[in-house]
Amino acid sequence: MAAGRDGTAGAGAGAVPTARAQLLALARCQRLSLYSIAVSAAGALVVGALMLLPVGVGRPLLPGAAQALRRLSDRYRSWTELWTGTTISPPEPLPPADGPRSRRAVRILGDDGFWRDLRWSWLEPWTGGLLVAVPLTLAVFGLFGAAVQPFVWPWLGPGNWYAFVLVDSTGSMLAAAVLGLLFVAAGLRLAPTALELHARWSRRALAAPYTTELERRIEHLTDTRAEALDARADELRRIERDLHDGAQARLVAVGMALDEATRLLDTDPGGARALLREVRAGSARALQDLRDLVHGIHPPILTDRGLGDAVRSLALDSFLDVHVTAGLPGRLPAPVETAAYFAVAELLANAAKHSGGREVTVRLDHADGALRAVVTDDGHGGARPDGGTGLHGVVRRLSTVDGTLALHSPPGGPTTVTLEIPCEILCESPGGTPCASSSPRTSSSCGTD
Amino acid sequence: MVEAVDNGPALLRALRERRPDVAVVDIRLPPGFTDEGLRAALEARRARPGLPVLILSQYVDQLYAQELLASGQGAIGYLLKDRVTHTAQFVDAVRTVAGGGTVMDPQVIAKLLARSDARGTTAELTPREHEVLRLMAEGRSNAAIMHTLHIGESAVAKHTASIFAKLRIEASADDNRRVLAVLAYLKR
Repeated sequence: MAAGRDGTAGAGAGAVPTARAQLLALARCQRLSLYSIAVSAAGALVVGALMLLPVGVGRPLLPGAAQALRRLSDRYRSWTELWTGTTISPPEPLPPADGPRSRRAVRILGDDGFWRDLRWSWLEPWTGGLLVAVPLTLAVFGLFGAAVQPFVWPWLGPGNWYAFVLVDSTGSMLAAAVLGLLFVAAGLRLAPTALELHARWSRRALAAPYTTELERRIEHLTDTRAEALDARADELRRIERDLHDGAQARLVAVGMALDEATRLLDTDPGGARALLREVRAGSARALQDLRDLVHGIHPPILTDRGLGDAVRSLALDSFLDVHVTAGLPGRLPAPVETAAYFAVAELLANAAKHSGGREVTVRLDHADGALRAVVTDDGHGGARPDGGTGLHGVVRRLSTVDGTLALHSPPGGPTTVTLEIPCEILCESPGGTPCASSSPRTSSSCGTD
Repeated sequence: MVEAVDNGPALLRALRERRPDVAVVDIRLPPGFTDEGLRAALEARRARPGLPVLILSQYVDQLYAQELLASGQGAIGYLLKDRVTHTAQFVDAVRTVAGGGTVMDPQVIAKLLARSDARGTTAELTPREHEVLRLMAEGRSNAAIMHTLHIGESAVAKHTASIFAKLRIEASADDNRRVLAVLAYLKR
């Protein structure tokens, strides 16, 4: 995720991209325009294989050609996502190579994604390819005018036009050079926009059809619903077990001790007093057990104050220096608050246990219809999602509210975990109190300082 | 007793108008049953600093403890509800708060101490000094510390002096300032 950030050319974001971003965008335009040759070659290959189908030679050729084309379109999808952040949902994979090759060719012919790829391969050079060629041409032509022509213009003969300037003297050569510089600047300035437009076009041409996306969505919802039900059942079992081993057992012990104390009251008042003291201690422990249980199900501060303050409370409980910045303008839906709270709690516990760091920052904000929580520690990095550090559990928990987790943990650190949960800001708090009374804080920090 | 109220707005009004010697407040009150008691207490104390309030709650939270302590004025208490069953200690706590002192629930202090231990900021203390520090942070007087640990007055004085020297906290004759200094150290 973070890998694409530096190259998010910023077109459309309003700000003028930096010179470095513009150069990078221009280089990417160059790459795309070179690749459009490969794309049209692959498209031609596939059409060739299709035309050879009636004579039988096409059948063994088609799967290979289709696969080559798919590799190219996959590459375009990942570039688009990496460069502009535009995600393009991939089509279903091509039919696998089980059984005879000729049968595979037939199944490929029935594959919707294959035909979309093919259509794209014939359109891309004329649309996307030309589009990215505009800034490139400007830049190259400008470079010629500014850096090459000044040295070679006497030999270019009479009637040498540079754009609309007739280059026949040192003065007109200089004017052409200035014009060239302007062309270079325009090319650079246009490159991020061209990339952005190219991404939009690619998305139209390459995204899986709407029905495929819907099917995927249904599949995802079915999976996460099953997980949510499982998690709920696990939770109930845990509560039952905790009650059974904790508060219930202690209350039974309290009852027995009270019975014994009643029996001793006349014969051994001293013993009875000692037992009653035990009873008091036992009831206090039972209360504590119940408190811990309630906290594990749903921390009261989350109901009272919402996510920001609940995370501040977590920060105070942590052994690390945790700095919290919460910019939430109101309350969030209760399931989102709970999921985010426990996810952040787990991440803080992970940081304390595994990161080897001392400081953690937690940033909470709501933008583009999603809650985002960014947890960064100054530890040694190298965390892996499958490293048995509880991240898998966090991902599972988040998936039930459609949340995602991105881990960025290069060796040597720092480790950054970004959670995103799509949700709306509520104007009413989950408890029904208007959000105005929940003292929204735009930015404050607490911790140990 | 001057007044008993059963909801947040009424509590705030009573705290402002009746100016009680001490208010014992449940954190969870109508209408929202969240933290109205705490909010009312904080607001009343903003208007009238040092208004003595003892907050009772079914659970204690470090953030609430920090908010209550933030003003640094004392005359504040924060206890779990079941401490009420320990009548003598509870009455002591009410008296301390009424007298301008600070009383924090042992659970709040235990968490602060666990944190300090993990971070090594109290590593120099002996186990006994650790005990004394815990009781001081809870807001207990020297007499209460003597009684709880079954040690003499001179021993308590020796331990406290040693703690202040090791943690480099400025010793203070004033009980409340001593509690606040210790809490500030533990929160570091």
